[in-house]
Amino acid sequence: MAVRTVYMDHSATTPVDPRVVEAMLPYFTEIYGNSASIHRFGRAAAKALEESRRTVAAILGCHPTEIVFTGSGTESDNLALRGVAFAQRRAGRGNHLIVSSVEHHAVLNTARQLEEVFGFEVTYLPVDEHGMANPDDVGRAIRKDTVLISVMYANNEVGTIQPIAEIARIARAKGIPFHTDAVQAGGMLDLDVNRLGVDLMTLSAHKFYGPKGVGVLYIRQGTPYLPTITGGGHERGRRAGTVNVAGIVGLATALRLAQESRESENARLRRLRDRLIQGILDRVPDARLTGHPTERLPHHASFAFKGINGEELLLALDVEGIAASTGSACTSGRAEPSEVLVAMGLPHDWAIGSLRLTLGKSSTDEDIDYVLDVLPRAVARLREMQAVEV
Amino acid sequence: MTRVVVAMSGGVDSSVAAALLVEQGYEVIGIMLRLWGEGEGAGASTNRCCTLEDMELAYRVADHLGIPFYVLNVADFFKKTVVDFFIAEYLAGRTPNPCLRCNRLVRFDWLLRRALALGAEYLATGHYARVRVVDGRYQLLRGVDPRKDQSYVLAVLGQHELRHAMFPVGDYTKEEVRALARRFGLPVAEKPESQDLCFLADGDYRAFLRRHAPEALRPGPIKDTRGRILGEHQGLAFYTIGQRRGLGIAAGVPLYVIDLDPVENAVIVGTAEELGRRSCLLEGVHFVSGEFPSAPFRATVKIRYRAREVPAWILPMPDRQARVVFDEPIRDLTPGQAAVMYDGEVVLGLGIIMRTEREPPPEVMETLAASVPA
Ligand SMILES: Cc1ncc(COP(=O)(O)O)c(C=O)c1O
Repeated sequence: MAVRTVYMDHSATTPVDPRVVEAMLPYFTEIYGNSASIHRFGRAAAKALEESRRTVAAILGCHPTEIVFTGSGTESDNLALRGVAFAQRRAGRGNHLIVSSVEHHAVLNTARQLEEVFGFEVTYLPVDEHGMANPDDVGRAIRKDTVLISVMYANNEVGTIQPIAEIARIARAKGIPFHTDAVQAGGMLDLDVNRLGVDLMTLSAHKFYGPKGVGVLYIRQGTPYLPTITGGGHERGRRAGTVNVAGIVGLATALRLAQESRESENARLRRLRDRLIQGILDRVPDARLTGHPTERLPHHASFAFKGINGEELLLALDVEGIAASTGSACTSGRAEPSEVLVAMGLPHDWAIGSLRLTLGKSSTDEDIDYVLDVLPRAVARLREMQAVEV
Repeated sequence: MTRVVVAMSGGVDSSVAAALLVEQGYEVIGIMLRLWGEGEGAGASTNRCCTLEDMELAYRVADHLGIPFYVLNVADFFKKTVVDFFIAEYLAGRTPNPCLRCNRLVRFDWLLRRALALGAEYLATGHYARVRVVDGRYQLLRGVDPRKDQSYVLAVLGQHELRHAMFPVGDYTKEEVRALARRFGLPVAEKPESQDLCFLADGDYRAFLRRHAPEALRPGPIKDTRGRILGEHQGLAFYTIGQRRGLGIAAGVPLYVIDLDPVENAVIVGTAEELGRRSCLLEGVHFVSGEFPSAPFRATVKIRYRAREVPAWILPMPDRQARVVFDEPIRDLTPGQAAVMYDGEVVLGLGIIMRTEREPPPEVMETLAASVPA
């Protein structure tokens, strides 16, 4: 079997930090009350919930009441898009949305449904060859009836960091609410909502060493919003459902820990990542970095290799103990390029050969050495066998 | 450690193959191919192969054996190379065997390439056949269980494929394989056998053709060998050579289907004497050894998967053709089927039956007479 295992898929998910587990544990068995109950059990849970809310609010530079806890990043994106779109329509402000063409499916498919089922009009912003949206395009796409703009903070597939602050300024000047999916940025980039100028922002705990199935939706005070999960009055009526206290404590703890070590950890990751990128480009012929060369997440390396199938490369790496991803959510096994790479203008025979390697706390120089040893051989073998569908 | 990829189907044979290889100390990787089936895209496929149940079983076997398991989607390629071929052959009035094509192009090309790319030395399958090396050349042998022997559908393989092929259950009988499955504690030990083509929804190829190639099911005339119309048929694909029942015509003597004429869309019937065929022309002739002989030779020939082998002369011809001259007339020689040639337990190769003849052409008999020692 594989001589060692190397986890290089931290953009898919991360292990939960033991300190986070520690912080969560009491909320399963000891402090198990429903935070909406008025008795002492409920009050104890509510206290932890509100403390967590303050922790997150402090990191985002917002008021705690502007933080809504949700069941995932996907849920936050859904709540944001539908919530604002429906509220705006109800107020008679219009029917037009703007999203980037490289959004995660949580945003993209929600926008498509708003378009196809609910009669909204959607403009999909183009991106350049690095996967970056141009604020000028946002300005040009805005119409009188534009009711929401959503552009992700950092792209999951190619790691490109979008010019969020600039786009936010344009949106603000026109009075249009601006949402950003910051799931990939959480724990790594500046999340201050006022410096960024965003009105809504999505986070997901499992991307920064927190538990799976907990998310945040920041909603700036005064932003038009109609709850699309209705029920009890939890989260000030913005997201019904008994609150996942343990998960939220985990999210807040994880975000605080990530924030504390952000600078030093980012520097460490950036150095490892640059070694990885340079090593691969040096050793693998017909390889290119996808995404932006500098404006990218510090832990994120993504590539396209000409003439191979990325899915098959993943198998070859897995057999050698390396966990990676193609970057796209496509699991069909067919040689279909990702929509993001196509939007970036990558030719088909490159785009199907995508690979994403994302580092994290456990990554070491030895991991990089191992990947630099295995990957070039795996790519060469795939090319030799011409294991690509024509 | 030598790495082997096992093509797993969720059945007993491939599961035992995987277990045997693990026991023999190989580094085993299980791969299941997701082939094309009707209803593909509308969720789980309804055909026999690659149902969710099979996938789940194969997954459980792999888990039980502690080996990695992957599912590869080859549906598009399989549809293009195997299913479309199956349909086209029926449209041409022939009766194809898609399994041979699948083994050649899907298992032992598409998958073999990927296995090698994964750093594997071998691709193993659950077929009942064996590989032997003699003086550096690879031979394909029958499986030891005569009732299960599947060397027929592997006759398409050549030296490159056999060098990388393993058939771990070929040394066992079906009963022994079931016993092994129990001994290994595999969750598939009691799974029943299936004979149908994997991509048919219900094992009914006629219903399949009605859905996918209605042109192959146009009614037309049933004629005798002199061209007289005796009745109407329901589409060429409904009939096979040698068939007697279900013709719906009354005649004094028993009548059999002796030919299918796609140009006239006619079924030709004749008497038992008219049915017999002494020879046929093979195309796409392939020899496992990689060497195409030039002189006529003796072989036993299987004219379909489950046919009894019969002795014959093989006359190699240019352009990968050959003529087979059977010692006795054959009653169900069917264009489109593969004629697989054996020398004892060794598979020599095969060709696709393209034209059948009541008697070999005279020049063929002359060649034969010249080459047969008096
Ligand atoms: C950019 C982006 N948005 C949203 C999500 C979805 O988050 P979750 O997994 O919490 O639903 C992901 C996770 O893959 C992501 O990368």
